[in-house]
Amino acid sequence: MPKITFITSDGAEHEVEAQVGQSVMEAAIDHGVPGIDADCGGCCSCATCHVFVDEKWRAEVGEPVDMEADMLEVHDDRRPGSRLSCQIPVRDELDGLVVRVPEFQM
Amino acid sequence: MTTADVGDTQAQGAPDAPPGFAERVMPLDPYQVELEAIDVAQPHLFQARQQYAYFERLRKEAPVHYSPSGEFGPYWSITRYEDIQYVDTHHHVFSSEPAIVLQDPQEELPMEMFIAMDPPKHDRQRKEVSPVVGPRNLAVLQHTIRERVCNILDSLPRNETFNWVDLVSIELTTQMLATLFDFPFEDRRKLTWWSDVATARVEPGGLCETDEERREILRECLTYFMGLWEQRKDNEDGNDLISMLARGESTRDMPPMEFLGNLILLIVGGNDTTRNSISGGLVALDEFPDEMAKLRANPELIPNMVSEIIRWQTPLAYMRRRANQDTTLGGHTIREGDKVAMWYASGNRDPEIFADADRLLIDRDNARRHMSFGFGVHRCMGNRLAEMQLRILWEEILPRFPKIEIMGDPVRVRSTFVQGYTELPVRLPA
Ligand code: HEM
Ligand code: FES
Repeated sequence: MPKITFITSDGAEHEVEAQVGQSVMEAAIDHGVPGIDADCGGCCSCATCHVFVDEKWRAEVGEPVDMEADMLEVHDDRRPGSRLSCQIPVRDELDGLVVRVPEFQM
Repeated sequence: MTTADVGDTQAQGAPDAPPGFAERVMPLDPYQVELEAIDVAQPHLFQARQQYAYFERLRKEAPVHYSPSGEFGPYWSITRYEDIQYVDTHHHVFSSEPAIVLQDPQEELPMEMFIAMDPPKHDRQRKEVSPVVGPRNLAVLQHTIRERVCNILDSLPRNETFNWVDLVSIELTTQMLATLFDFPFEDRRKLTWWSDVATARVEPGGLCETDEERREILRECLTYFMGLWEQRKDNEDGNDLISMLARGESTRDMPPMEFLGNLILLIVGGNDTTRNSISGGLVALDEFPDEMAKLRANPELIPNMVSEIIRWQTPLAYMRRRANQDTTLGGHTIREGDKVAMWYASGNRDPEIFADADRLLIDRDNARRHMSFGFGVHRCMGNRLAEMQLRILWEEILPRFPKIEIMGDPVRVRSTFVQGYTELPVRLPA
């Protein structure tokens, strides 16, 4: 099972065991990682599952496309590495992934 | 939003109704009318709170439903949660232009609002103003808002019946807007007035009887705000909306009509919606007294309750879209140009998502999934501000008023768009 580390805005690290096939958002919710609201339940339509992918992982994780790109386009807090975590499916290659949780979800 | 008609929809002879068409008044019981003839967008149904019975039937029997005759012409009603979410997130197919209410704009108003624009223009304008109601600025505003909430609550009369809508809901919403704009406090009811004028239908006996009259009032609004802008453009540390726009790299050269459009959108967006969630919370807690008891025993439920109140009330019943190509949904072909109403009020009652959906449940575990703020690129920009106001309000109500007596039935707004109240008689025992 791939391990994912969420670093919250207070600097705390939460390492969780994720299931292949679920989304990074679902892995966070399942393990009670604070700071991810996921109001729309993973349909890419609320942007409250926003994370910053660690620089080392950006190439592997990839860039947002389609609706996710549209949602991030109007996001105030968009930075390099910004992704909506419900749109990142967990796969074996992501074992060790590190993402940062923003201070606020908007 | 076009400024035309987001309020009542009761006038006869709407301009875009087919010629010779006579609107059929819907009975209160949805089963007294053939499915094909259902036209739920009639204000009397909402005022009598029968819209939910219609929605229930539509969700079951015709979740993607075509009304051949509506006051503003034919339209589709989308009533299931998932279909609504689909339409809201497919903005390339379902356009927000030219209006987000069923009635098309009746006049050429130069004022433009990004809620009724599609990307990329929408995105540019939204990004210019959204930081003002973003979490960082809210942290700054929160103390002022709490102070004002306390003042309002402390000045309420005791042992006599008063209208909660007026003394609490309107007053608090207006003060919040004044805070946001750092608007001269003694003139604050002008904000409510401009908002009402901007959304009023021009008709005899209405708030504005002619287009000219309305333009005059909105011009006065613009002049007032331009004055504030002039005063503030050199103000380095103002955190209010006007200072931020006047200083902002990308906004300081904004043309006046765009400035006015953005201001009106914020005033209107934050006005009825928050006002009616404030009143709606009390109505709901009165209807479900067990929940009031639960709240008093567990005040830590307030944040979740706030989401649940916003779900239960659904302050804006729908947003309208227009198909900009032929498309299919739920086995039906929606034609290019067709109007589509996404009934959030129905999605929020969909039993597939919310068990026992008519009930207020302040500890409902998925309350945050409500669709009252919409979904997709137009998702409500003021959602965190609205939640913060409601949270602070209830945090301050609980310790102050051990008992709030509702002295009569609430009076509902006569509108198919704004779901709210004009009267809620309340008494606070001394
Ligand atoms: C409980 C309170 C509120 C409710 C239920 C509400 C509801 C909505 C809805 C349904 C939309 C359209 C979503 C869509 O088309 O998908 C919207 C958009 C918007 N709201 Fe709110 N709103 C509330 C409070 C506020 C407040 C307090 C403000 C500002 C101060 C505000 C400002 C806006 C703006 C600017 C938009 C346009 C966003 C865009 O088109 O990108 N709203 N709101
Ligand atoms: S959960 Fe809503 S966009 Fe990801």
